Amino acid sequence: MPQQMTPLAITAYTATSAIGHGLAAQLDGLRQARSGLRPNDFSSAPLACWIGRVAGLEDAPLPAAHAAWECRNNRLAWLGLQQDGFLERVRAARERYGADRVALLLGTSTASIGATEAAYRRLDADGGFAEADLRMPALHAPHSLAAFVADALALCGPCLTVSTACSSGAKVFANAERMIRLGLVDAAVVGGVDTLCDSVLFGFNALELVSRAPCRPFDAARDGISIGEAAGFALLERIESAPAAPRLLGYGEASDAHHMSTPHPQGLGAELALRDALTRAGLDPAQVDYINLHGTASLKNDEVEAALLARIFPARTRASSTKGYSGHTLGAAGIIEAAIALQAIEHDFIPGNLGGDTPDPGCGPQFAWANEQQRVEVALSNSFGFGGNNACLAFARAGFAA
Amino acid sequence: MTPLQVCVEGIGLWSPQLADFAALRALLDGAMPAPPPARPTAATLPPNERRRAPESVLLAVEVAGQAVAMSGRDAATLACVFASSHGDQAITDYMCATLAQAPTELSPIRFHNSVHNAPAGYWTIATGCHAPSTAVAAQRASFGAGLLEAVSQVLAAQHPVLLVCSDSGGSGPLAEVTGCGQSFGCALVLAPQAGPASLARLSLSTLRGHGAAAALPAPLDAWRNANASASALVLLQLLARGHGRCELPAAAALALQLDVQATA
Repeated sequence: MPQQMTPLAITAYTATSAIGHGLAAQLDGLRQARSGLRPNDFSSAPLACWIGRVAGLEDAPLPAAHAAWECRNNRLAWLGLQQDGFLERVRAARERYGADRVALLLGTSTASIGATEAAYRRLDADGGFAEADLRMPALHAPHSLAAFVADALALCGPCLTVSTACSSGAKVFANAERMIRLGLVDAAVVGGVDTLCDSVLFGFNALELVSRAPCRPFDAARDGISIGEAAGFALLERIESAPAAPRLLGYGEASDAHHMSTPHPQGLGAELALRDALTRAGLDPAQVDYINLHGTASLKNDEVEAALLARIFPARTRASSTKGYSGHTLGAAGIIEAAIALQAIEHDFIPGNLGGDTPDPGCGPQFAWANEQQRVEVALSNSFGFGGNNACLAFARAGFAA
Repeated sequence: MTPLQVCVEGIGLWSPQLADFAALRALLDGAMPAPPPARPTAATLPPNERRRAPESVLLAVEVAGQAVAMSGRDAATLACVFASSHGDQAITDYMCATLAQAPTELSPIRFHNSVHNAPAGYWTIATGCHAPSTAVAAQRASFGAGLLEAVSQVLAAQHPVLLVCSDSGGSGPLAEVTGCGQSFGCALVLAPQAGPASLARLSLSTLRGHGAAAALPAPLDAWRNANASASALVLLQLLARGHGRCELPAAAALALQLDVQATA
């Protein structure tokens, strides 16, 4: 059993997805119940499905100083960093604490694999990488995102890529808490970025997990996910330095030990992660106002997660999946949905579960099928990944005492 | 900073030349250890999983199994950190080649085996482990960064942690850019306090900069050049000797200073 942890301040956060660039656009999309999904127009041979594509990336090359890192994933990271004054907040933290006292912990599922795919489409006559693709070996590795962002933010402390599929962008909060608690660093930039690429579009298609229509989380007729892309970041510091900021109250991580691509039928790992998050936060389930669910719209995930919700939380707890807005942004889902949970707290706003027009009978009274306005003190976010990798985050407004 | 202190309770090692940590010890003592079979045995996996699992998983599970056996701990109770610079290069090569030619023919099994946390998934399934598991990367610094993460987990949770760092050899065009031509994997079981299974005490502090490139005797230096995970040999060499100090990269501009001492 973990011990209750000292909360951390979230002094800045931002999110960019198909819903929009930055927090204001994200909140507006949620308030207007406007999905960011569109028919798949990505790749040379688009599959018949819907995707959450971030607008404008094609026209947003990296600045000349970072041109060596050029690829779609790093473009999205850079676009994400420009939003909500995030770059300036990191600069201030770097000046305050020192560049080696700020950790950089980023989640990604496929990083810049799109650049490697492209290199394989233009191999030279000998079947090797073309000259241009040989020049940047660091692009063809899972760490390319974090290495680029470390360069862009001029950070030189601990720098780690977490790649546990779709829980990656949530688990980085746990890495940050440990490092700050142990005094390895004074602050941490956490986040996640994943971009559309053939590997995930054709890969999830091969697993027959992709819907041909916009995804319908927790709907009785749901038939698979819609893949999206996103970038999100948060800056974590000790609460003494920012008592008025919202807080990371707790986190939980656990393994299903069941199957590589199917969740545990009773949601064992998900429940362990959830209970550890509540314990670290010192929370009783009844104190949770909102839960942003993993809710991918896959048959199995939603069935297991709905049952978990129904058996642990009272009817007053509100819950929804927001993947009908953004699509499943894989390694970025954890941070995008953390940002939505933080906006729920900031604006006392419960986003509705878009796409669940005919609720699955397994869904309990906790589901917010449409937007609701109510006080939110405490919000959770669930993220589950392949390999049975589960994470749960707990956030609260400033001054909340469990 | 005050150095972070943990105890090493188990050590696993596998490369085409070294079957385990005892083989490294023998080599450093001037013997010529017999090389292991071509594929890691990965006895922890049930036979059907062993047939299905890609080589990157066999390698990680092999060294994890060795380290946990040496520690005498129950694998099901150990949180685990799996580090790798490149993940499964053979699968990445297969996927990128297939996507370039016939994307709709992509194998679903190879796709789900392509996730960076595939070794963590197979390991936790095989051992019935519900503890936290993670998969990390940090380019050439993956071992140092993974070690820092594992040590921070040990001390934050006051609980033992299994660290695995492995890269299977590359193939195809990708191997040209990764420069990772041969397999290497190692594993450590790290505990917060000294106990009957303790092999050595490890103190760790961070230093700005890359850290001095530690000297390694031949043929270890060549093995390090052929695989990012083999930067661990610098520490493994000290563990074989039982004491000493070294530096290892943990990020582009951050090094770890590591002190190995006998447990009293």
